[in-house]
Amino acid sequence: MNTDDLIACPVCDVLHRDRDVPKHRIARCACCGSVLAAPKSGAMTRVTMLSVTALILLVAAAGFPFLELSAQGLSHRASVLDAVLAFSQGPMAILSFATAFLIVLLPAARFCALIYTLAPMALGWRPAKNAVEVYRWAEWIRPWAMAEIFIIGVAVALVKVSGLARVDLGPAFWSFAALLVVTVMTDSAICRMTVWKTLKTRSDS
Amino acid sequence: MENTENAQRFLTASRAGMIGCRMCGAVNPGDARVCTRCSSAIAPPDPASLQAVWAWLTAGLIAYVPANVYPMLRTTTLGHSSDSTLIGGIVELFAHGAFGVGFIVFFASIFIPIAKFVAIGYLAISVRRPSTLDSHSRLVLFEIVEFIGRWSMIDVFVVAILTALVQLDFAASISPGIAAVSFALSVAFTMLAAQSFDPRLIWAANSRSAE
Repeated sequence: MNTDDLIACPVCDVLHRDRDVPKHRIARCACCGSVLAAPKSGAMTRVTMLSVTALILLVAAAGFPFLELSAQGLSHRASVLDAVLAFSQGPMAILSFATAFLIVLLPAARFCALIYTLAPMALGWRPAKNAVEVYRWAEWIRPWAMAEIFIIGVAVALVKVSGLARVDLGPAFWSFAALLVVTVMTDSAICRMTVWKTLKTRSDS
Repeated sequence: MENTENAQRFLTASRAGMIGCRMCGAVNPGDARVCTRCSSAIAPPDPASLQAVWAWLTAGLIAYVPANVYPMLRTTTLGHSSDSTLIGGIVELFAHGAFGVGFIVFFASIFIPIAKFVAIGYLAISVRRPSTLDSHSRLVLFEIVEFIGRWSMIDVFVVAILTALVQLDFAASISPGIAAVSFALSVAFTMLAAQSFDPRLIWAANSRSAE
């Protein structure tokens, strides 16, 4: 039996015959109901564009101040870079590294990886060198890219500080909010199974 | 019973002597160690992999204790400094009348971590012995745990933001406490525990009991 005609559900391991799924239809596992494939037309192009958008927003979100605090004539603005550097002294340096990774570096790296693997496919080229490894890595770090969780943290901090001083939202707050939307749109446009199959067939040909 | 019926109606890759890839769904021959399509490391579902789940879960539980005992934040206002713990911070939010945010923080840092410890422990036990919940409910439980786990990081980010923001020299300043580090570690360890759980085992246990 040729194993290329079969796919196994990644969640429950049940075998399915591999058929082409029409665009905008969803193929679900017959046993556990997990989504096996959900191809969309122009998904590769869309994901590439959304990733570029997200990268630009991420630069703005990291560089501009997201909150400005003023009390008793003193004022202080904080950008994400300040938040990262806040822990940089003493034993808290680990937290500083973790925060930098989770909210700036990993999301940025993931979007770069998505552009690297999907842009050549959107253009119909052969996959870039090591595209398989890069895409696997991008899938692996997905739960660790936490830029969207940071914005809820900003909201909580806003309430905590509002009793102490006057707080104003900075431009980075809104780029984070936009980043949240773009991240969700990117994730829902990707169909993993289709990406893997396209990578495989393009690199074989 | 529905479960036994499922096990007979559907053939899994491992029972057919093949290995399904959990990354891309490709079916590989039974002696393969690396997926032919996406070159991920692959292995048949094996209850021995639960050891990793238990190890990460224990590490997460251990780190969760100092996260609750030690101070999360140290606030200095006009030369007077006070420490607040995780629970202290939530009580303060409620005292300020910020019920919505108080509930979010309570859910993210108390309810979700504890519920996650219980849920992952339950899932790991349930694949070894007959369980009261059927496979589908357990899969839903696993997906909820996997999805919601990362949101517990909110509190760590709040500490980072407050520390960066409230630096008004003498008037007010905030610095992080050691609990922030252990809380971040606890969340990371439980995320790893959830990731090392192999959901295929939920169904593998059913087909074993059906045989």
